[in-house]
Amino acid sequence: MTDTVTAPPETRRPDIAEARVRLSDREGFLAWIFLVPTVVYIVALVGVPFVLAIAYAFSDVTTGDPSYDWAGLTNFNRVFEDDVFWQSLQNTFVFTLVSMIFIVILGKVLANILVADFRGKWIVRFLVLLPWTTPVALSTLSWKWLLHSIYSPIDWTLHTAGLIGSDHVYWLGREPHALIAVIAVHVWRLVPLAAVIMMVGLLSIPKDMDEAARVDGAGYWRRMFEITIPLTFPLIAVAALFGAIFTFTDAAVVSVLTEGKPTNSTHVLASWSFQRGIDGGDVGQGAVIALFLFPMLLAAAVLILRAVRRMETL
Amino acid sequence: MSAAPGIAAPEVSDQLRRHYARRHLIGRVSLYVVAIIAAFCCAAPFLWSAMTATKLNQDLYPTDNNPLIYNKAPTIDHIAYLFTDTDFPTFVWNTLWVGLAVVAITLVLGVPAAYSIARLGRRWSGPMGIAIFFVYLIPPSLLFLSLTRLVVWLGLQDSTWSLVVIYPTITVPVSTWLLIGFLKALPKDIEEQAMVDGYSRLGAFLRTVVPLLFPGMVAVVVFAFTLTASEYLYALSFISPTEEKVVSTGVSMELILGDVYKWQELQAASLLVAVPIAFVFNLFLARFISGFTMGAVKG
Repeated sequence: MTDTVTAPPETRRPDIAEARVRLSDREGFLAWIFLVPTVVYIVALVGVPFVLAIAYAFSDVTTGDPSYDWAGLTNFNRVFEDDVFWQSLQNTFVFTLVSMIFIVILGKVLANILVADFRGKWIVRFLVLLPWTTPVALSTLSWKWLLHSIYSPIDWTLHTAGLIGSDHVYWLGREPHALIAVIAVHVWRLVPLAAVIMMVGLLSIPKDMDEAARVDGAGYWRRMFEITIPLTFPLIAVAALFGAIFTFTDAAVVSVLTEGKPTNSTHVLASWSFQRGIDGGDVGQGAVIALFLFPMLLAAAVLILRAVRRMETL
Repeated sequence: MSAAPGIAAPEVSDQLRRHYARRHLIGRVSLYVVAIIAAFCCAAPFLWSAMTATKLNQDLYPTDNNPLIYNKAPTIDHIAYLFTDTDFPTFVWNTLWVGLAVVAITLVLGVPAAYSIARLGRRWSGPMGIAIFFVYLIPPSLLFLSLTRLVVWLGLQDSTWSLVVIYPTITVPVSTWLLIGFLKALPKDIEEQAMVDGYSRLGAFLRTVVPLLFPGMVAVVVFAFTLTASEYLYALSFISPTEEKVVSTGVSMELILGDVYKWQELQAASLLVAVPIAFVFNLFLARFISGFTMGAVKG
């Protein structure tokens, strides 16, 4: 961003410059007045809550008794004593890493489809974007029904095909299955976003470069790995990091799909923080849990920024 | 992806031509196959929803029925029930007006801010752009506890207005970021010309930049609206009365009575919300992408 916003030279309007130096003409004043409302709003409703979120971690605030008292590290100790916290911390990382790998690979495949020309393209685009544009709580409800313990059509198909002995898999009721289900939903809903981001990259590749390689006899895969992927790498990285952030910080999929079940084994930091902080009313503990999201977010933000910078210098 | 015809030089032998033709055919076929598989995988849960929503109870629940076909005639009773006997219309209305209010606030704050950062360059505008980007990455799951206290303190708990006040924290940073991209794609000469013609800087902004930015603003409106309609955590934390709920919390909580899920109604609601949003989004996808690429190329 920075390199492009160097201050323009003071524009001189020779004929009327002295006559009209009104407020509406002073760039410094306008720059300031245009930006202040946004800055004030963000400081008040993001900056202040962010500081509060840290402050609550060291407090005894509960929903029932919202008065602030310093509690030192009590909340941290109580959170760390709970095995569910460690489980949810581990889940958060596992979900994020596994989802990210699938999101990048499938997103890349999907991006190639979205930029291609073929009949019926609009209906494919529409169907492919559905997972991402649908409110996450609602699409997760569809999945919950798709993976229902008794009425799942997947179970029925597998059973009828003779692939599973028993009638039911209990996707959401067993430990590895429930974890896989959560990952599947994340991948499913974020692949379209990754694909759209990568599509932007594909469209920005100069056509002649691809054609030159084609004339030189490079095949599809060779062009893919030696031209397309290296040239669009920054956007692939951005897509991967956005996928990671949205998986890492999401509470809705786990809250709706598994509610942390079976026996709190599928909780992630965000859903566990909600359970403690809102359902349980213990704001202090909830705040401690949510705080663990921050270091990872900061790392992802810095990486995205570096990728964007690289993109602009290309 | 598609092999461009006419690239092969005339002296290419027939054998080579056949080779290219075959390669082209394989490319086309695999493209269609992959496209159909991708569309099916993405849409499968919704296809299942659509079928469920129109099935009778006697069709849906007996476990010896084949779930993949209609064993009894389809029905729209459950969809009708959704509108007549549940609060679904209220949820939709709440989502709509909250979304529109948030979009309006987003544009009022975002357009000038983006213009200030992209055009009225000051020393701090570079870092400010980065700061706004960082704000976008702060997720609801980090802020929901303190914002819930803040909403209580403002006296807005259990009111849909709390979402109108808080949702711009999500939409303003991302919209400003997008608008900066769209602004960079506009040539600077246009407003300079307007100023030469006698408009003030403010006048040039209002009369030349805002109209030219209009396509970008429409894209931002669609994007911001989708974000507010999708949001779940804040809506869940701030609001508990049924009649104040929005679609994402209302449907997932109020159509489930204890352990009894109204599956047909749930799936119908999910589809009725999903399809229009995806449709509108699709209309603007191309504009979205062209905006992005213009920003990337000219930025």
